[in-house]
Amino acid sequence: MSTTFQRAPDLPPPITEVGVIGWLRRNLFSTWPYTVLTLAALYLLWLVLPPVISWAVLDANWRGTTRADCTADGACWVFVSARFNQFIYGFYPEAQQWRVNLVYGTLFLLMTPLFLKAFPWKTALGGFIIFGYPWLAYGFLDGAWFGLAVVETTKWGGLSLTLIIAGIGCVAALPLGILLALGRRASEMPAVKSLCVIFIEFWRGVPLITVLFMSSVMLPLFLPEGVQFDKLMRALIGITLFQAAYMAEVVRGGLQAIPKGQYEAADALGLGYWKKTGLVILPQALKIVIPGVVNTFIALIKDTTLVLIIGLFELLGIVQSALSDPNWLGYATEGYVFTAVVFWIICFSLSRYSQRLERRLHTGHKRN
Amino acid sequence: MSDPVQPPPSAERHEVMIELRGMHKWYDKFHVLKDINLTVRKGERIVVCGPSGSGKSTMIRCINRLEEHQRGQIIVDGTELTGDLKHVEQIRKEVGMVFQHFNLFPHLTVLDNCTLAPIWVRKQPRREAEKAAMEYLEKVKIPEQAHKYPGQLSGGQQQRVAIARSLCMNPKIMLFDEPTSALDPEMIKEVLDTMIELAETGMTMICVTHEMGFAKTVADRVIFMDVGEIVEENEPHAFFNHPQQERTKLFLSQILGH
Repeated sequence: MSTTFQRAPDLPPPITEVGVIGWLRRNLFSTWPYTVLTLAALYLLWLVLPPVISWAVLDANWRGTTRADCTADGACWVFVSARFNQFIYGFYPEAQQWRVNLVYGTLFLLMTPLFLKAFPWKTALGGFIIFGYPWLAYGFLDGAWFGLAVVETTKWGGLSLTLIIAGIGCVAALPLGILLALGRRASEMPAVKSLCVIFIEFWRGVPLITVLFMSSVMLPLFLPEGVQFDKLMRALIGITLFQAAYMAEVVRGGLQAIPKGQYEAADALGLGYWKKTGLVILPQALKIVIPGVVNTFIALIKDTTLVLIIGLFELLGIVQSALSDPNWLGYATEGYVFTAVVFWIICFSLSRYSQRLERRLHTGHKRN
Repeated sequence: MSDPVQPPPSAERHEVMIELRGMHKWYDKFHVLKDINLTVRKGERIVVCGPSGSGKSTMIRCINRLEEHQRGQIIVDGTELTGDLKHVEQIRKEVGMVFQHFNLFPHLTVLDNCTLAPIWVRKQPRREAEKAAMEYLEKVKIPEQAHKYPGQLSGGQQQRVAIARSLCMNPKIMLFDEPTSALDPEMIKEVLDTMIELAETGMTMICVTHEMGFAKTVADRVIFMDVGEIVEENEPHAFFNHPQQERTKLFLSQILGH
């Protein structure tokens, strides 16, 4: 005669394994060496944090307009708040700064529907933002086409310029990089493949600073007399081509990771090259390389500081030029700390967004 | 296994769907397919068996140009298979393939997997493609999985989706490349049953498999390949009970021994 199998009841886990105590035990005090390390780290924090906090926050001066408002002990954030307008807008005339605000505000408004699930015209809107809006923005900020007071690109500066260069660089480099990566893998078309390889290896081999320097100094030598090529445009083209080469290699890594079976299944269904690439391969490849792409974007955001070499004053450049103002000598630390914090906020936000994106896109990627 | 499946009426069986004439293939210096001659008529069910490395998968992959042959001719439904992309794409629309490792698109739902090709290759409107896809998913008995992702399905379910996906293109020929070799034993039956039902509708099928029970039930002809050549070809009863070649006898003793 057979007996029925009785399932044992579920018991709760022991107290020391879960909750806060469990977390502390597992992560900070699990073995003797780790316990020592934890105590050492706590000691280090105790040494370092109080002086930094008292310099940056407790003894710091936040209010005021001139140097006289700064005491000697703490950070003089008055320097930052007094020149804040310049740090954001560069040399853009104050009376016209509403145009910068309008351009960024409109961009923010235009981008909001892209995050709404139900919005039907995402592709058209995205296409407009990427291909159409930059020209509108340029025209509006410059002013010549719209009949407004002309503000040359050399006067653009500060954080607004950093975001323009980084934004255009990222947005233009990604599609170009994808095409280069596809071209480099096109073994049946050796001419295309060679071109892509040459392009990628050339732009990866030269430092960005050389590219900017050459575009600013050498390009005018090659242009016919009297043809002026806008400085900002030169910088944007150089940065885009440079980034596209890096982006191409990142994307190529993703393309290589797609199993051959995916290509074969798409072929067997009768999908041609571009349909196969656009519908089957790229969606999977781009999901895999989100960390690499975001990494390249973050590097680009920080590389924008190099445009100082050709006379464009983005955030770091503006802060540095403010340091040479005789009214504010000696506050270099505050200036650099401010710049570092701004860059960190931008880069960290991008990094958090990318993690969110990865989590949201993970639904389709689970393997058996 | 049940009674052998009835072949379709003889009038339909005369049209030649696939013809391989003197086909050779090399991988660099390695001569992987030697002088393959094969004629497949409409509605026929062919099972190809043989030891691994015999070239059976390579042979059927040449039929939809996933592999290229270097000598001889392959003619599919009247169109010769050459380097000409137009011919290749024309043939791929009419030939469906089911792979050993399913090869479903993991970033799309089951329904989107099935409607992708009809929408983008046959230019069907989405609603029509989805309706047809749901019909095929019902035929393979998993309509309730339509909105799940492949990663959430079992192996047997994934392979049935793969079959439905190929059928959504309404192909004239179905190629199966070891469709049950990657499945757990308890799931093999559900996939084989699906394939038997498909055979009963009169589909022209070439199936590379080790499932000899399936061959006995469904096949019109069994082909044995070894080291790149077709060694023996016969209808199932004669093939299994009176094999002619020594190599065939050896293979059958190994595969049917246990």
